[in-house]
Amino acid sequence: MKMRQGIQLIAQAAIYTGFAFLLAYFSSQPPYERVPAGSALIKLSFAHGAERVGACHKRTYEELMALAPNMRAPIDCPRQRLDVKVHMKLDDQVIYQASLPPTGLHNDGASITYQRLVVPSGYHTLELGLIDTDRTKGYDYLSKRQITLTPGQALAIDFKPGGEGFVYE
Amino acid sequence: MHSLKALIRYCLMWVEGWFDWAFGPKWNPTYCLGALGYFYFWIVGVSGLYLYIFMDSGIPASYLSVEYLTHDQWWLGGVMRSLHRYASDAMVIMVALHIIREFAFDRYRGSRWFSWVTGVPMLWLIIIAGITGYWLVWDMLAQYVAIASTELLDWLPIFGEPIARNFLATSHLDGRFFTLLIFLHIAVPLVLLFIMWLHLQRVGHARINPARGLAVGTFAMLLVLSFISPATSQGIADLSRVASPVELDWFYMWVYPLTDIVGPATIWIGSFVGTIVLILIPWIPPIKKKLPAVVSLDNCNGCTRCAVDCPFNAIIMAPRSDGAVFDFEAQVDPDLCTSCGICVGSCPTATPFRRASALVPGIDLQDPSLATLRDEMEKQAAKLTTPGSVMIFGCDRSLKVAKFKSASIATVSLPCTGMLPPSFIDYVISRKLAAGVVVTGCRRGECHYRLGQAWMEERLDGIRDPRLRERVPRERLARFWAAPTDGRTFARDIEQFQRTLIDLDSKATDPEQSEAAQ
Ligand code: HEM
Ligand code: SF4
Ligand code: SF4
Repeated sequence: MKMRQGIQLIAQAAIYTGFAFLLAYFSSQPPYERVPAGSALIKLSFAHGAERVGACHKRTYEELMALAPNMRAPIDCPRQRLDVKVHMKLDDQVIYQASLPPTGLHNDGASITYQRLVVPSGYHTLELGLIDTDRTKGYDYLSKRQITLTPGQALAIDFKPGGEGFVYE
Repeated sequence: MHSLKALIRYCLMWVEGWFDWAFGPKWNPTYCLGALGYFYFWIVGVSGLYLYIFMDSGIPASYLSVEYLTHDQWWLGGVMRSLHRYASDAMVIMVALHIIREFAFDRYRGSRWFSWVTGVPMLWLIIIAGITGYWLVWDMLAQYVAIASTELLDWLPIFGEPIARNFLATSHLDGRFFTLLIFLHIAVPLVLLFIMWLHLQRVGHARINPARGLAVGTFAMLLVLSFISPATSQGIADLSRVASPVELDWFYMWVYPLTDIVGPATIWIGSFVGTIVLILIPWIPPIKKKLPAVVSLDNCNGCTRCAVDCPFNAIIMAPRSDGAVFDFEAQVDPDLCTSCGICVGSCPTATPFRRASALVPGIDLQDPSLATLRDEMEKQAAKLTTPGSVMIFGCDRSLKVAKFKSASIATVSLPCTGMLPPSFIDYVISRKLAAGVVVTGCRRGECHYRLGQAWMEERLDGIRDPRLRERVPRERLARFWAAPTDGRTFARDIEQFQRTLIDLDSKATDPEQSEAAQ
């Protein structure tokens, strides 16, 4: 009887140990690699509103009278915004390009993007261009940089209007 | 589907048989997975309270405070942190097994849907609680979790600006986000606790504490693990670096690598559809509801035993409505009744000795009624011819006793062992319908209707009403608690029992021999 109890205790201990191993192992192993070793990450993200689709226009007397009395604003401005066009080139290769529509119920909100781009580490030429007007030639913002990305680096690029526009962080 | 269930059931029964051998039925962890879930929850709660005392909010204050606990105060703070992590992980394993088990053993359908459906939101809450917890540490793993979670959430069309932008670069970090996380990490477990309580509202005598030996063993295991392999951080978060490779807690974070493979749309649609399907599972395919137990007021004296014994809280004791002298009467809520018949076995008026009137107990099943069981018993007994004959009362959910029928074996099958009033055993033996009685049912601690086996055993042992009368010779009664897979041992044990019965009978008819024996 003693013998059997001993074996049972050993079996219990073995089951507890197995459970402990399960907990210890899967609470940290196997490690996960989201970005391959040796690569770097560029995150491009901004929220920026482009220009309105058209210019404001001064209402004529007739136009004003046609509106309800509480709606008679003398200047009529369109609410919709243009798309924001953006591109990113790494060593002369386009790695991201988009025409971002405005958000919002009336298409009057900011254009938004959030991109994760896995790139090789090392020395690169990075070019970013953005158009937030109705121009058809050239850029409203253009930024060109020589960068060295170390393996595992995460380069964040935001956009704030004014100056160079693109903010490297 | 049916055969998949049967396969899982078979595997579980096999493993549980071994666990029975190692732990004994009382300590067998597979029989109290839900109770273990509660136990882990308390460990997580108490250790979490301790961690909270030392936790600073903000960047890098939260990281530094966890580092302090882990290294400077490793002997208590570090242990608390490890217990907090490992008990949370253990909870995930337990819940997974708990669901599989309740599913495979079909304990979630018909009137039992409520525990299942309330279980589903708990899955979400457990995951959210775990994720927010890892986030607070603000190490590289937290950074990974923050970015992967917000990117996943941004797929949903509810946030204007992507919330992942909060973690674009260090300049974007906002202390208020951490305050929100601390709030979530406390509020979500509290909601979880509330649903854990709700989960058991239709479970009578719910087992929410594991047996002491199991609790001690489990806690000791977690404690030893906390000393041997303490939980640590993976370096302070640094948004200018990629959190990769990162050591994931796979119990909570499997969803992120999966998202990288299948994309956020599949994850969200899959989770949404999965949750709906999980909620509807008790009704797919619909089952025909069995007829509920019914009370016969003429025979009910309001003793409350059935209400106490019902494993599903389906009976309430209401003020008497028929003018009888008793204070109370039993009332069955048909929506909660699983037709297990356990109340019938507990009713003092359920006795086959009643010949003057028809056999109508205070509470009875409609199919099978107690009267049909008595008729079946008498019909079967009449066929017994050979010496050493036995009457087996068995439960449909365990061994199918009808398979063992022979010239010396009569069988009566019941929805649950707990339906058998002990007076039936007295009746068989005192009226010599058979030489002995065998009672079988699910394995100890593992009754399909939760308590039928336990109540039966207590009634036979004379510690629960209605008790088996003293006059019944105990050597003519055998109990065999078995899973459907235990048929071979059962057949052997019956044979053995029959031999002892033949021995007993020969001594009784041969006084000389019995005197010699004395
Ligand atoms: C924190 C998580 C959970 C805890 C602590 C927990 C706890 C429990 C406990 C203590 C019982 C009663 C066991 C007994 O005494 O017989 C139980 C029963 C049950 N649970 Fe859970 N449970 C959890 C999650 C779930 C989930 C996620 C599901 C399914 C989706 C589920 C489905 C069930 C079912 C079907 C029953 C059986 C009710 C019956 O016998 O009629 N549980 N649970
Ligand atoms: S048959 Fe009786 S014991 Fe079983 S659930 Fe219904 S009322 Fe409760
Ligand atoms: S056990 Fe029988 S007598 Fe007692 S309250 Fe229930 S139905 Fe009535």
